[in-house]
Amino acid sequence: MSTSGAGVPLAGLTAGELAERFARGETTAVEVTGAALDRIRATDDLLHAFLTVTDEQALADARAVDEARRRGEPLGPLAGAPLALKDVLVTKGTRTTAGSRILEEFRPPYDATVVARLRRAGVIVVGKTNMDEFAMGSSTENSGFGPTRNPWDPTRVPGGSSGGSAAAVAAGQATLGIGTDTGGSIRQPASLCGIVGVKPTYGLVSRYGLIAFASSLDQVGPLARDVRGAATLLEAIAGHDPRDSTSIPEVPADLTSGLERGVEGMRIGRVAELFPSEGTEPGVLARVNEAVDRLERLGARVEDCSLPSFEYALSAYYLIAPAEASSNLARYDGVRWGLRVKDATDVVDMMQRTRENGFGAEVKRRIMLGTYALSAGYYDAYYGQAQRVRTLVLRDLERAFERFDLLVGPTTPTVAFPLGARVDDPLSMYLSDVFTVPVNLAGNAAVSVPAGLSEGLPVGLQLIAPALGEATMLRAAWAFEQDLGFAERPREIIVDDRVQIAPNGDSPGAIKEVRP
Amino acid sequence: MTSPVVDETAARHYETVIGIETHCELATATKMFCACPAAFGAEPNTRVCPVCLGEPGSLPVVNGRAIEFAARIGLALNCRIAERSQFHRKNYFYPDMPKNYQISQYDEPLCLGGHLDVEVDGELRRVGITRVHLEEDTGKSLHVGATGRIHGADYSLVDYNRAGIPLVEIVSEPDLRSADEARAYAEELRAVLLALGVSDAKLEEGSMRFDVNISLRPVGHAALGTKVELKNLNSLRSLHRAVGYEAERQRRVLAGGGKLTQETRHWDEGRGRTEPMRSKEFATDYRYFPEPDLVAIQATPVWVERIRATLPELPAERRHRLAEATGLGAREVGWLARDPEVLAYFTEVAAGRDPRVVAGWVMGELQRDLREFDRTMADNPVKPERLGELLDLLAAGTVSATAAKDVLAEMFTTGARAATIVERKGLAQISDTGRLESVVASVVAANPDLAGKFRGGKQGVLGALVGQVMRETKGRANPKLVTELLRRAIAGEDARPR
Repeated sequence: MSTSGAGVPLAGLTAGELAERFARGETTAVEVTGAALDRIRATDDLLHAFLTVTDEQALADARAVDEARRRGEPLGPLAGAPLALKDVLVTKGTRTTAGSRILEEFRPPYDATVVARLRRAGVIVVGKTNMDEFAMGSSTENSGFGPTRNPWDPTRVPGGSSGGSAAAVAAGQATLGIGTDTGGSIRQPASLCGIVGVKPTYGLVSRYGLIAFASSLDQVGPLARDVRGAATLLEAIAGHDPRDSTSIPEVPADLTSGLERGVEGMRIGRVAELFPSEGTEPGVLARVNEAVDRLERLGARVEDCSLPSFEYALSAYYLIAPAEASSNLARYDGVRWGLRVKDATDVVDMMQRTRENGFGAEVKRRIMLGTYALSAGYYDAYYGQAQRVRTLVLRDLERAFERFDLLVGPTTPTVAFPLGARVDDPLSMYLSDVFTVPVNLAGNAAVSVPAGLSEGLPVGLQLIAPALGEATMLRAAWAFEQDLGFAERPREIIVDDRVQIAPNGDSPGAIKEVRP
Repeated sequence: MTSPVVDETAARHYETVIGIETHCELATATKMFCACPAAFGAEPNTRVCPVCLGEPGSLPVVNGRAIEFAARIGLALNCRIAERSQFHRKNYFYPDMPKNYQISQYDEPLCLGGHLDVEVDGELRRVGITRVHLEEDTGKSLHVGATGRIHGADYSLVDYNRAGIPLVEIVSEPDLRSADEARAYAEELRAVLLALGVSDAKLEEGSMRFDVNISLRPVGHAALGTKVELKNLNSLRSLHRAVGYEAERQRRVLAGGGKLTQETRHWDEGRGRTEPMRSKEFATDYRYFPEPDLVAIQATPVWVERIRATLPELPAERRHRLAEATGLGAREVGWLARDPEVLAYFTEVAAGRDPRVVAGWVMGELQRDLREFDRTMADNPVKPERLGELLDLLAAGTVSATAAKDVLAEMFTTGARAATIVERKGLAQISDTGRLESVVASVVAANPDLAGKFRGGKQGVLGALVGQVMRETKGRANPKLVTELLRRAIAGEDARPR
């Protein structure tokens, strides 16, 4: 396989390191893309991070970037960087499944705005990544095409729903990843895979071409090996889009130039509700407490604060998100695209059976939940009440941001859990998002940044910023990352001859480590 | 329906209560939430894009022009424009609705609380307008099979060209009391929409259609009775017939001691009756919730006043002005003012001419010829000044009224001017006494019995004699002159010694 001079796989570099090598003429986009594709070929039978690998298109795009560079055209900082795209963003002519059997053969007629912006930035999309069906899940086990494994420990989940993109970046299959975050679906897998993941302010990144789960909560965001990579990628995809009425007209364009200014004098609130007495693993708590101390040592002023409405956020989320989903997913009926069952007796029978066969169990559960929550006679008690909680969460956050520049806590209560551990217990699965959902309800920004390991597995620190506070948030994340010097990567269990790669779909127990 | 024994006296004690929901497509260039053309009549599924097909990932963007049009309608109907209004999703499954929800407005509509004054039998009735709101139209389904309905169809075809065309829904209060009032309301509303230029309001193309709620209640009672909804009435004639039928049906049920069920019924135009719809064909719980893909509509007072300032003259004002200016009766005024195109035409022809004569021709012979030649006012080949020339020839006595009708028909086919046709076809009226006297004499001679009756005091027979003279002259004789000559001829004969 292709490696850099230092013996690091090219696709394992950060975006910034890659850009330096391009600038020095040490490597080419074609070489880097080839390395990423090699890595995918070598590891993805085991990891199953990708649903579709777009190798030919990727190499063609890489050649175009190399030629542009040779001609001396001005190129963005991400030109030539391989990226893993969550399969929930539509790509013209390339299969887009949203992790669902109901869209198994769906080829969209247009590109998402984010995809168009990536192409304009010269980013090389190497493939479409696995995810929980319609982004509903926290482990990627709800994919209609089988789970993704965590590169740190293939018997464990990578988190979800953007587990494919997170695993791909962590495993060096791509330098960058794109995920979506409706209740934590970028931050939680970033945390579990030991990488950086940003949930941007609602409206900062266009949702046009994002297959909707819960429209008022969904937001596209970056996954990267380091904060600078995430910031640079966010800069490339952010900005107003007239095709998305909820996109913010005026947004800050520069998220990177102030990264290195440090946290001196920054006011950071330690949110009591994110440090509950029960349910969070001691190892996670230890790393996050160390992280808070570290921020303080770096010059931030940390104080305790309380946002009482956070307690109700998860319940409110599990009414609002399914309610919107029940409506958003109504269009998958076999009439226009995707799966259509054969031998239906009439159109109504066809629609019913297509949905029955095409959707997985979790999706059906949420459609039923949401349909119920919106039903006449229940609307006020469920959806209406949830919206009131949402308003309270927003107010609590606004009040907190009068005192603080940022809030801090763990991203998720545990490290990566074993495959299969929570699939039969939806509530324990939902609890994985308990620390991330408040931000989606309020529409502000947050980042998960690696804070070390617990029992050999990554822990994520969550920094929460007010709406459009990304620059400050990323500045703090960068300072923390630099000081911690987190350089650990998944063990090379899946590289070369040290591990026998189990065929995809085998039970976790089938993986055998072969020691030389 | 089985006919129960009807107690006519009991039946007369009910009053009919009618409210109408009118759906009208707006004449915007593009659809409600995307840039596809909104025009009617293209090949199926050619005016579609990811947005109006509800493709995964696509998002709606509001057409500002449609909001403006809806506000115009609201203002013309004396409504208040809400400072903040919002779109909701109306959820139900139907294959011609791409997203299986319709983006509509629910409890925060754009326009609220207005009224429309309607003239019925010379009396003015004020009909309350509950609300005017915006929504998107659906596609069109064709269910092929024995039933023609979705259930049990062999296959179904869908055309999404109409999907996403902006619609307004105009909801009236239950203030109407008869089929005549319902039709008058619908006609007046259509006239308002046409005057505003916000819709072509073509019933035959489905760009305007009605859902009607009908119930009966004992006279003097305030509470409403059990209501029946009639869906998708697409002509004024259907509206009138369906309401008449349904009110009578309910009256019979109640008079027979029966109970009505709240239901949606379908008007069968062919059989001339309403029938219950299968309950599966409409949902009862639409699970409305705020459309998260769109932001609220903010209507500032400045914006509202700017739109109000651009409102044109409305039909009621127009009728008033026309009646004042022409002295025409309510029927003529109502007819002429209903359609701005007709009114403009009439006004141009009537300038400097007798409005009664012009009204008679525009409403009568012109309409007959338009039907005959399959034309509309929009592609009427006889321009106002050309009709004016013809009417001038008529007024000058150059052509008879009968001949003038033939000339007008000829103008439709050849496009020639009236004077040219009159000359070419020799249709000029014969007002030459010498030429007519001989014809009159021969007619009188050939009809001694009629002449006798006239002499005997039966004035009525003169018409028959005039008719014969006209036939002899191929309609070219001046009828006034003929009448006079006939009187003189018969009197002269009288004077002759026997």
